[in-house]
Amino acid sequence: MDKFKVLVVDDEEDFLETIVKRLQTRKIDVTGVDSGIKALSIIDDRDFDVVILDVKMPGLDGIETLREIKKKKPLLEVIMLTGHASVESGIQGMQLGAFDYVMKPVALDELLEKMRQAYERKLISEGKA
Amino acid sequence: MEEKYYKKLWWEIILATLSFSVIPLFVLGIVIYQQFSVSYTAKIMDSLKTLAENRCSSVDLFFEERLSQLISLANTHSVEKLKDEDYLNKVFNIIQTRSKSFLDLGVIDHEGNHLAYVGPYYNILKGVNYKNEDWFAAVMTTGTYISDVFMGFRKIPHFIIAVMVREKNRIWILRATIDSDILENIVRAAQLGKKGDAFIINRENILQTAPRFSGKLLEHPITPDFAAASGTQAEELPVQGQDNLFATSVIKNKKWVMVIREDPKEQLTPLLRARFLAALIGLGGVLLITIGAVFTTKSMMKELMAMERKKALSDEISIQSSKLAALGKMAAGIAHEINNPLAVIGEKAGWLKDLLNMEDISHSQHLQEFSDTVAKIEQYVVRAKTVTHRLLGFARRMEPVAEKVNINSVMDEAIDFLENESRYRSIDIQTDYYPNLPLTLSDSGQLQQVFLNILNNAIDAIGKDGEILIKTKHIAKNNEIAIAITDNGPGIPKDMLNKIFDPFFTTKEVGKGTGLGLSISYGIIEKLGGRIMVASEEGQGTTFTIYLPIR
Repeated sequence: MDKFKVLVVDDEEDFLETIVKRLQTRKIDVTGVDSGIKALSIIDDRDFDVVILDVKMPGLDGIETLREIKKKKPLLEVIMLTGHASVESGIQGMQLGAFDYVMKPVALDELLEKMRQAYERKLISEGKA
Repeated sequence: MEEKYYKKLWWEIILATLSFSVIPLFVLGIVIYQQFSVSYTAKIMDSLKTLAENRCSSVDLFFEERLSQLISLANTHSVEKLKDEDYLNKVFNIIQTRSKSFLDLGVIDHEGNHLAYVGPYYNILKGVNYKNEDWFAAVMTTGTYISDVFMGFRKIPHFIIAVMVREKNRIWILRATIDSDILENIVRAAQLGKKGDAFIINRENILQTAPRFSGKLLEHPITPDFAAASGTQAEELPVQGQDNLFATSVIKNKKWVMVIREDPKEQLTPLLRARFLAALIGLGGVLLITIGAVFTTKSMMKELMAMERKKALSDEISIQSSKLAALGKMAAGIAHEINNPLAVIGEKAGWLKDLLNMEDISHSQHLQEFSDTVAKIEQYVVRAKTVTHRLLGFARRMEPVAEKVNINSVMDEAIDFLENESRYRSIDIQTDYYPNLPLTLSDSGQLQQVFLNILNNAIDAIGKDGEILIKTKHIAKNNEIAIAITDNGPGIPKDMLNKIFDPFFTTKEVGKGTGLGLSISYGIIEKLGGRIMVASEEGQGTTFTIYLPIR
């Protein structure tokens, strides 16, 4: 499997920092930003395959960010991440084109698995697979 | 408080119903009776008056006849002729053939001397001089005279009629004695019924005929004094404390008064019967109305109370569900707030583990300790995660939904909630689940609330040391699921068994229970299309069975 590029968006700096480090040790090309605005600007400059997006963030929240990402890069796969398991935001996220919906705290292996699935789907939709 | 309010309402309705139906009934009855009474009494009085008048006419006629007889006799014969006692006797006998009322006949000159006499008291009366008698003076001035009744020498009641005759220069008097039997007969015809009486009194209120009940001949009657009566009258007067009807009429020839006395009870019997009947019907009506009012009010109150209870319950359910919704929101908030730091802890622990694997620190003597500690941290993160996820699940279930529900797992979650509580009280919760219980479309949150309610009650009922057995079953025949929760607590007394689902019914201490748990459970199960039953034996325990349709 190709190496894929991941963007993690979370306002919780400790979480962000740690997960970035852990993914890097697993040889994944990962970048972390701590707000929706930053995420939107960074995807303009660089290519990513999968975005891990926290739902609840100050400023631009996850749902809004997702909507903007999908406008800019419809093929970019997004995995929603939240501490809040409300059915509505989950359904809303899926309707807006998120790949999946994962509840915090999540085991890293589980998340990795989801990322791989998302990447595969991206490859399929790009017609490369 | 509420009881008092219902009691008051009950009385108000009863009294209103009664007064609006009984008062018109009474008014109607009384008015009709009054009208009937007035006209009937008037009729009775009229007939009494007619009777009195009629009897008076008869007496008058009798007097007229006797007077006429005497007048014609006196005027058709000269005194010379009548002085002859043989002739007088002949004439007397002729009169007697037609009328036995004459007892004797006498001819008296203007000085009161008996010129001739025919009759049974010849020896006594022949020599009597009447000059100083009242009647003699009266007949000399008025020409005719009818005396009051008296006993006289004969000791039988009689009266006299005297006629004065002017013959040329002579004045003489023809006098006859009349047996008052005839009078009695005329009067007696008016003595009606068993208590009716009739008699004649003179102007001194002395009885001229013998009444049946009202006194003795030639004495004052026991009745009121009618001596001064004029014309014909009828009235109601008391005699010896009893009401009597009286009709009086004046006899023209003698100014006597005919008195007819009647017992109103006898005369007015139809009226009394009418009164009795009216009272009876009225009473029956009142009784009927009262019974009707009581029954109607009773059913009305029952309906009202049921309605209010229902309303209270639905109010309570909506309050309860809004409370639960708020609780759910709070639980979700808490879960979220805890999940975020938990995620950080998890990631940090994960990073530590990564580091332990990465670096060549296998020579470190504490390697094992590090790795154990990290594993433990991860383990407890998972455990905390279970709690928060359960909380979130609880929150999600507060919103009413319809989903495929596995009753067994919903029950397991409910038991999970109560695990600590039951362990502290050494209550053993046993489950006997039906394998492969079919799923049913229902609301797991609400079901869980019902299960929690019943389990809570069971735990409270047992108190300490006991057993709760939960059984689920698929009843294919009715296409339903049965969930039986049995405790070995003290059971529910028989008289309370039908009240336990009532709102606000509780046996727990004040402040401990709202008395709503079971009624809310009942409402929920009913809403979900099922039913809930209870069976209890005092001293043995209680079983609640919930039946849910499979949909």
